[in-house]
Amino acid sequence: MAIFVNENTKVIVQGLTGGQGKFHGLRNRDYGTKVVGGVTPGKGGQDVEGIPVFDSVADAVAATGADASFIAVPPKAAPAAILEAAAAGIAFIVCITEGIPAQDEAKVFNTLLRNYPGTRLLGPNCPGIISPGKCNIGITAGEIAQLPTASGPNVGIVSRSGTLTYQALYELKQKGIGVSTCVGIGGDPVPGTNFIDCLREFQVDAETHAIIMIGEIGGSAEEEAADFIKANVTKPMSAYVAGVTAPAGKKMGHAGAIVSGGKGTAQGKMDALRAAGVLIGLNPTEAGELMAGIVKGL
Amino acid sequence: MDLFEYQGKQYFARYDIPVSPGGVALTVDEAVVQADAAGYPVVVKAQVQVGGRGKAGGIKLANNADEARFHAGNILGMDIKGHVVKRVWVEHASDIAEEYYASFTLDRSAKKHLLMLSSQGGVEIETVAETNPEAIVMLHIDPVDGLSREAARQACVDAELNPIAIDGGADILVKLYDCFTRGDCDLAEINPLILRPDGGVHALDAKVSLDNNAAFRHPEWDEYRATEELDEREQLARQHDLQYIGLEGSVGIIANGAGLAMSTLDVVNQVGGEAANFLDIGGGANADMMTAALEVINFDQSVKSIFINIFGGITRGEEVAKGIVAALGRVDLRAPIVIRLDGTNAEEGRAILAAAGIPASKLTSKPTMLEAANAAVALAKGN
Repeated sequence: MAIFVNENTKVIVQGLTGGQGKFHGLRNRDYGTKVVGGVTPGKGGQDVEGIPVFDSVADAVAATGADASFIAVPPKAAPAAILEAAAAGIAFIVCITEGIPAQDEAKVFNTLLRNYPGTRLLGPNCPGIISPGKCNIGITAGEIAQLPTASGPNVGIVSRSGTLTYQALYELKQKGIGVSTCVGIGGDPVPGTNFIDCLREFQVDAETHAIIMIGEIGGSAEEEAADFIKANVTKPMSAYVAGVTAPAGKKMGHAGAIVSGGKGTAQGKMDALRAAGVLIGLNPTEAGELMAGIVKGL
Repeated sequence: MDLFEYQGKQYFARYDIPVSPGGVALTVDEAVVQADAAGYPVVVKAQVQVGGRGKAGGIKLANNADEARFHAGNILGMDIKGHVVKRVWVEHASDIAEEYYASFTLDRSAKKHLLMLSSQGGVEIETVAETNPEAIVMLHIDPVDGLSREAARQACVDAELNPIAIDGGADILVKLYDCFTRGDCDLAEINPLILRPDGGVHALDAKVSLDNNAAFRHPEWDEYRATEELDEREQLARQHDLQYIGLEGSVGIIANGAGLAMSTLDVVNQVGGEAANFLDIGGGANADMMTAALEVINFDQSVKSIFINIFGGITRGEEVAKGIVAALGRVDLRAPIVIRLDGTNAEEGRAILAAAGIPASKLTSKPTMLEAANAAVALAKGN
């Protein structure tokens, strides 16, 4: 088991003939992901190292039976690419594109909600998803993810920040703790998939026994997750929230990472999670150590 | 990117939102010219991106050219909460019957646009939200549908605007929403939105924050960039396309990824130090980026030690190490470096750093974030 993807997930890469798409698409295939096709308008009929390229997502789906898409196209083209994938019946879309205008993101999110309720979007501006040993879609280096064991205990990871997602994977690998699925939801203001979506899946996933959550300043996603955890998550959790020292009013890299009007502080988020029974690490390593303690007791 | 009031008003004007006639001035003489053109009485307003300028004496009424000259002379160069006034906006003084509040933002929780409208404007909306929350009408708008004139009108009715302000208010709301969406604002706020005794409604202030991600479709934003108040460090960083924010401490920070950079600040703080900056070098972390990053950090005279925190995912450790060695050959650093290099091929990377023959007084390598932070903070404190 894993969440959102598994060993049977068939992936197409929108933008496979571009720099990012080719680099990461081929790496995902090398990892063992079933990368069955690529899409670049006007380049249908070509191939990228044996992966067939199609003119449209609809063509690619018809020919390959793909059920997931990895979008690696520039910000101007990404909103249309997401909607094209949804219209072609793709159930799971991973969009790594950084720099999509917030207005476009909000429009895409609400269009999906209304017209394609069966489609899940991960991202934009996210590192992607990896189910170690089964499927890797996005830019995560597969070798830093520890394989889950049949007997467990295995840990699910959900994170808003790219490099801290890798850091979390790495902490668990150092400790030999298996990972069921690691989801990077991305730091943009309107993520297609949020903490709660992932926590809900992890809670019912038989292969996941505990959960690490990595949050950061800005918005109220962590506080909302804390409410959800209190009511719905029985699996033990540890968490880390980045940005305790971030000054108010300054965007820390991500469009989403900003403390404004006294809201979205790391302290407030940590307090909310702690009140929901989550063990809080003051840095990523500490969150990993807390998880090691949790796993030992399982 | 946050706009000054005068830029916000100019931006509003692009979307037909009525504002007071006026102009911007950099000098006292220019201010008088603008005042003459706007027609007396005028209001001379300090252009700073900080609240409370009225209380600080940064907003004055002038009834004639002499008064305009006097006030502009006082306000230009004034220090308001650390912001030096470089420009004033001079506009015709409006007769005010009532003051309202209107804004559009994205509600990240609801993932919809949010209109906030109140008949109690002119004060901080946060204060109204605390003391009298029912005085604020909150309307969620589906970005796919947009805001209809009917919905805008109903919001004005619900907010209990003066009946004679309903049509004018609705008109402005529709235009402000257009500005917010087509104009790619993170925030479009009018406070106060005024009703004049003659029944007209217009924007007396403008607070606009633009979404940098949308800059590619707004060439008109270039002029706003030119007036952004960046310190020298931030300007240098921008030239190199680095995500940099200047802070007050003495430990220079370079990390790859915004989350890791934030986390690095946190850990430095935890062990008793203070970061001099936030700097996200991005995924590349190659020699050119590292050189640029070190140049920016080196420019900051308060930096006493430099903490480079790199986690190699796709970026492999040996590439990062080569980048650092090359950068050290190009930049003459004043402060010592502590590096924590982890992740993919970190050992190969550390071996390259060790073999480069860099003296320990210039560069030390630590295996974990915490140890590296401790070392960097100790160096910054001169221990």
